[in-house]
Amino acid sequence: MARLFGKKKPPSQDEEQGYVSRSQGQMIWQAFKRHRIGNVGTAIVLLLVLGAIFAQFIGPYAYHKQFRSHPFAPPSKVHWRDENGSLSRPFVYSTTRTLDRTTYQTTYVEDTSTKYYIRFFKSGGSEHRIFGLFKTTAHLFAAVADDGSRTQIHLFGTDALGRDLFTRIMTGSWVSLAVGPLVILVSFPLGIVLGGLSGYYGGGVDMFIQRACEVMLAIPGLPILMAMGAALKGFGLSAILVFFGVIVALAVISWGGLARVIRGQVLAIREMDFVTAARAAGASDMRIILRHITPNLTSYLVVNATLTIPGMMLFEAALSFLGYGIQEPMTSWGQLLSVATNVGAIELHPWILIPGLFIVISVLAFNFMGDALRDAVDPYMIV
Amino acid sequence: MLTYMIRRTLYMIPLLLIVSLFSFTLIKIMPGDFLTLARLNPLITEETLQTQIERFGLDKPFIVQYWFWLKNIVTRGDFGMSYETRMPVYKSLFLGNRLPWTVFIALSTLILTYIFAIPIGIYSATHQYKPSDHIITFLGFLGLSIPNFFFALVLLWLLVVVFHVGDYGLSVGNIMDMHYYGAPWSWDKIVNILWHMWPVWVVIGTSGMAGLIRLMRGNLLDTLALPYVTTARAKGLKERIVVYKHAVRNAINPLVTILGLTLPNLVAGSIVTAIVLNLPTVGRSYFAALQRQDEPVIMAGLLFFSLFLLIGNLLADFLLAWVDPRIRYD
Repeated sequence: MARLFGKKKPPSQDEEQGYVSRSQGQMIWQAFKRHRIGNVGTAIVLLLVLGAIFAQFIGPYAYHKQFRSHPFAPPSKVHWRDENGSLSRPFVYSTTRTLDRTTYQTTYVEDTSTKYYIRFFKSGGSEHRIFGLFKTTAHLFAAVADDGSRTQIHLFGTDALGRDLFTRIMTGSWVSLAVGPLVILVSFPLGIVLGGLSGYYGGGVDMFIQRACEVMLAIPGLPILMAMGAALKGFGLSAILVFFGVIVALAVISWGGLARVIRGQVLAIREMDFVTAARAAGASDMRIILRHITPNLTSYLVVNATLTIPGMMLFEAALSFLGYGIQEPMTSWGQLLSVATNVGAIELHPWILIPGLFIVISVLAFNFMGDALRDAVDPYMIV
Repeated sequence: MLTYMIRRTLYMIPLLLIVSLFSFTLIKIMPGDFLTLARLNPLITEETLQTQIERFGLDKPFIVQYWFWLKNIVTRGDFGMSYETRMPVYKSLFLGNRLPWTVFIALSTLILTYIFAIPIGIYSATHQYKPSDHIITFLGFLGLSIPNFFFALVLLWLLVVVFHVGDYGLSVGNIMDMHYYGAPWSWDKIVNILWHMWPVWVVIGTSGMAGLIRLMRGNLLDTLALPYVTTARAKGLKERIVVYKHAVRNAINPLVTILGLTLPNLVAGSIVTAIVLNLPTVGRSYFAALQRQDEPVIMAGLLFFSLFLLIGNLLADFLLAWVDPRIRYD
């Protein structure tokens, strides 16, 4: 990394003799690079984050846009071959909903008279702002015929109200991805401060905080979260407040375990020589905690964070699925799955399961990233 | 050891008390109560409402309500009456045979995950960094990353829509076909239950399996690097004996310990699965109570899950003391 920014260092004596000296950061980076599946995971995480940032641009419609004539439309068929069977630019046909008079099942029939080619960066769609700043009507893709007329394109089909599932998955991704980091933002300070105080001071403080931890650990996670979600729902709060409520609830139940580990680590580090040296040099308690002890915990915290995120995502998904998490009009992957409550719904519209794939892929990616980080920051691993 | 066990068991009481106060507060914070709907109903007179309010003590201050609730439990073992069904709470929560089924589902899943996870972990460790090890690790992570409810939905979809098991007279979801409920035990009934149970085992089991496999693998790798294993190899013992008789026996300890911690996870983890697959468990009663704001049942449900959790932790501590001779409590 040092090479990328700044001048190349002149080779030291060691390097001339064939030895390479590496900083801690370099060693971690080297180890991280070797964990191939961890790199794949990291790449997927970055892609998903990018997707969440540009959700309104990638999704072809506004997330609340209802195509009333197209409820539960199946994913648009993207054609690669024209009527002669030769390869063509990808295109879709417009569809109309028809009702089978005998079975009362709705089917969508393609109208093959006009081909709507998939074109990229075409303006003329719904208006949105990139980064909340630049107003544009361009979207990543749209289905436009040669004469400039458009048709609907639903890559993943639509829901009961005719809302485009692909757009909603993209829009919901920021909620699903943000839950983990936001929970950490609340639970980590709690866990670190309480665990740190508990371990550093011991005595009555320790006693009190540890009993509090035990109570937190005795509270059953999912059931209490469901009850908290029900309480939040009962207040009739706006969707964004419910979202923050869910985050606080998740943080409240998850700091106990962290505080325990931090306490143990602080207890061990407190007795080390360098802390005694700092104390002998006249450093204040606060300085010792922040400048001498905390840096020793960073690697653990980083790893713990990357492994907490997927756990929290799973919790949020389950809660939203049960209807006690994210509320309409906000959406998340779990919330999108909440329509798939019975076999009938899945049988008729299997595409409503697609958001689940996004959950699986992102949680898997986070887990792999965390695994790679854990190996990389482990000082006992020989690289 | 005995004093430790008694002290540790008694310690559960204050914990349960605090958890109950916490849950009680949470439930009471919820706006509205089960009478909210009745108030809007013009057919229900003011007098009826008033008697109901007095009957359930809803006009009393919060802490008094908590005190009465607690007193009834401690002195009479009475958890109150379900607002919805007008049955005693325990009947509402453990409707039918829900308690034994919940325990059965949790225990059988626990046993199955251990039966599979330990050999797979050993195999993974003895074949470290081989393709098979990587595949096992990947599948383990996949199991960990699939939300239980989504896995259950996908299995439902596969069985019903893709494989059309209904054509063979098989149904999915629930614990057995309806007509076997209440029927005397027979071979057919057991087979039927097994057919209904395997998706449950797969769904709930996979989420816990990855952690166990990783733990077994990691421990065994650590143990295999110890000098006494080298000694055993140097003596010329067969590799099979070195691994199974010398290393595995020591590496397996932490798995025994976390047995207690896994059990409550399974009970809580099965809630969502039970809702999707329509299983007769306490989790489903709890979910139903939550939807109807049936406060006494919600409270009892929370206490039930908490108790399970505490018993699990207790079990873990006892197992640790039992397995590890270095730990002595006096």
